[in-house]
Amino acid sequence: MANTLLNQIVNIINAAVLAGVPLLLGTTGEIITEKSGHLNLGVEGLMYIGAAFGFAAGYYTNSEALALICAFLGGVLGSVLYAFLTVTLRANQNVTGLTLTVFGAGFANYIGDALINSTASKAVSLSAEVKAAFNPVSIPGLSALPIAGKLLFQYNMFVYLAVAIAILTGLYLNRTRTGLNLRAIGENAAAADAMGVRVTQYKYINIMLGGGICALGGAYIAIVTCGGTWIYNCVSGQGWIAVALVIFAGWSPYRALMGSLVFGGLSVIRFYLPGGYVPPAMLSMLPFVVTCVVLVVTSVRSARGGNQPAACGVNYYREER
Amino acid sequence: MHSNARRVAIIAALVLALCSFSMLSANAEFAPVPKDQLKVGFVYIGDVSDKGYTYAHHQGTLAMQAALGLTDEQVLYKTNVSEDAACENAILELIEQGCQIIFTTSYGFMDYTEALAAEYPNVIFSHCSGYKSNGVNFNNYFGRIYQPRYLSGIAAGLKTQSGKIGYVAAFSNPEVNGGADAFTLGVRSVNPEAEVYIQYTSTWYDPTVERQAAEALLDLGCDVIAQHQDTSMPQIAAQNRGVWGVGYNADMSDDAPDAELCSPIWNWGAYVTAAVQSVIDGAWTPENSFMGMKEGLVGLSELTANNDPRAQALIDEAAAKILSGEFDVFDGEIKDNTGAVRVQTGQRLTDAEITSIDWLVEGLIVK
Repeated sequence: MANTLLNQIVNIINAAVLAGVPLLLGTTGEIITEKSGHLNLGVEGLMYIGAAFGFAAGYYTNSEALALICAFLGGVLGSVLYAFLTVTLRANQNVTGLTLTVFGAGFANYIGDALINSTASKAVSLSAEVKAAFNPVSIPGLSALPIAGKLLFQYNMFVYLAVAIAILTGLYLNRTRTGLNLRAIGENAAAADAMGVRVTQYKYINIMLGGGICALGGAYIAIVTCGGTWIYNCVSGQGWIAVALVIFAGWSPYRALMGSLVFGGLSVIRFYLPGGYVPPAMLSMLPFVVTCVVLVVTSVRSARGGNQPAACGVNYYREER
Repeated sequence: MHSNARRVAIIAALVLALCSFSMLSANAEFAPVPKDQLKVGFVYIGDVSDKGYTYAHHQGTLAMQAALGLTDEQVLYKTNVSEDAACENAILELIEQGCQIIFTTSYGFMDYTEALAAEYPNVIFSHCSGYKSNGVNFNNYFGRIYQPRYLSGIAAGLKTQSGKIGYVAAFSNPEVNGGADAFTLGVRSVNPEAEVYIQYTSTWYDPTVERQAAEALLDLGCDVIAQHQDTSMPQIAAQNRGVWGVGYNADMSDDAPDAELCSPIWNWGAYVTAAVQSVIDGAWTPENSFMGMKEGLVGLSELTANNDPRAQALIDEAAAKILSGEFDVFDGEIKDNTGAVRVQTGQRLTDAEITSIDWLVEGLIVK
């Protein structure tokens, strides 16, 4: 009995990690973007673009590495659009981000439809080799450990990649000169400008970097969650949870690791609780209820000086006083 | 002046009302429509590429178009229509484009279809999966999908080794629960000890959530995953664990070739073709339609090579009984999962009882 309970807990944590990875990538990407003073609400759209680029590249090249690289580049392209509109043309950031969401979803489904219609069976799947590259890893000696094996050493390589990206992002933001300059821009672009930091260049590069990481989250959904088969509307709202998670994580990639595990856990817990007691609709609300609570808590906290970059959401005009 | 204007308005309203009454009575029967002037409209909730619910509907549409020899300009469809005011707009556009008959294919389109049917008595409205109709120009159609679900349960019951079968379901409503009941009855007809665990996702279409629900059932030790969902994700989850699956809506063996046993499928063309033909003939009547395997509206996809060797013979035998009417799934005695007898020996549930089932059969457990 105790053994099955333990197994069940291990299963929940395993499922929570898998559910959390696209959220972690979306959140990490958005943290970098917001640190440059730009609120990009287009995470959902970037994820879609990443899903389409990654899937199409994997489909045509049969290479898992190219799939990841193309997904990243897709996100870079999508966020260049955003950066051009908001940094250079100083368009409203919220509206631009929303537009990117709509554009990304439409673009990805268009590509997906084209792929599907190019086959006789009306189903497109990646080749067995590409799929196998994202199977759970098997590390000799470690993966077979009784509990720790399933908890730590039995994920697909995308999971470890996402964790590494989050940790590297934390180091970049907090331990490097470039990261310090970036944070200065997010707090007060005029001051950073006066200090001699190239504001526009920084903004472009970091928005592109953030967009690319968001897009990897979409590639995870298309390649791992959907098992390498193209599914219409595959991202279905996870980009929005990532936007909320940025606040939950207090703009820290390290806390994003914990936050995405919690949100991943909240989204799968309903399938592991004994059924029939709590209405399923209540359980499926959980991640969103927690988001609301977090928003309330953080807005109370930010009244006392929160973690949000002070200039986030405000476009920078050099000559403006 | 004022009272005059009001009088005119009242008279105008009366005249309008009289006109619409006379139109109603004139349209109790519909005049034949020459085939080259016919236009048929469809409102879909999803995309025709979803490999599931909308895909199946669209296959029926294409079958109808081919059978009746209509051109692409005569068959109009709206995709990705949500169950809100967008549905009303989609229907109005189809009316404006000159459709004589409009099929709305999702449950949530029902009330919009009903309202517009009253407003446009010259147009025929046919709604899928609901329960409303107006006896004039608005009917509903659905089918006995529980029959092939029972047959797919036989395949699952023979295949399982753990005796645990997972069922990923959208919502706890009569359509879903009745289908799960039929499936479980099929499972236990060949494997009386097996149990079916049902997991509700609260969504018809969400690849991530469907996958997560399936994974939870697999973690529980289920080695066959059946589904009442619109994507093939539960099948893909089963395939990744090296176990088996029973799909839904369309043959899903392209998406999960090593897992798929069979799928209960819809051949919407069987109904849609007949309905459109009756419009051409001027013979359309507002009767509700609830056809089954006998009429070819529902069926089971071909069994794949993944099946137990006994499956084909046992399924053929049960299918023959269903086709002859000797057996119809909900034949007593049937107990629910609390042990209470719901269908007495010798009793057969009526159509109305089948479409309003709110209990789960013995062996079907909510997880």
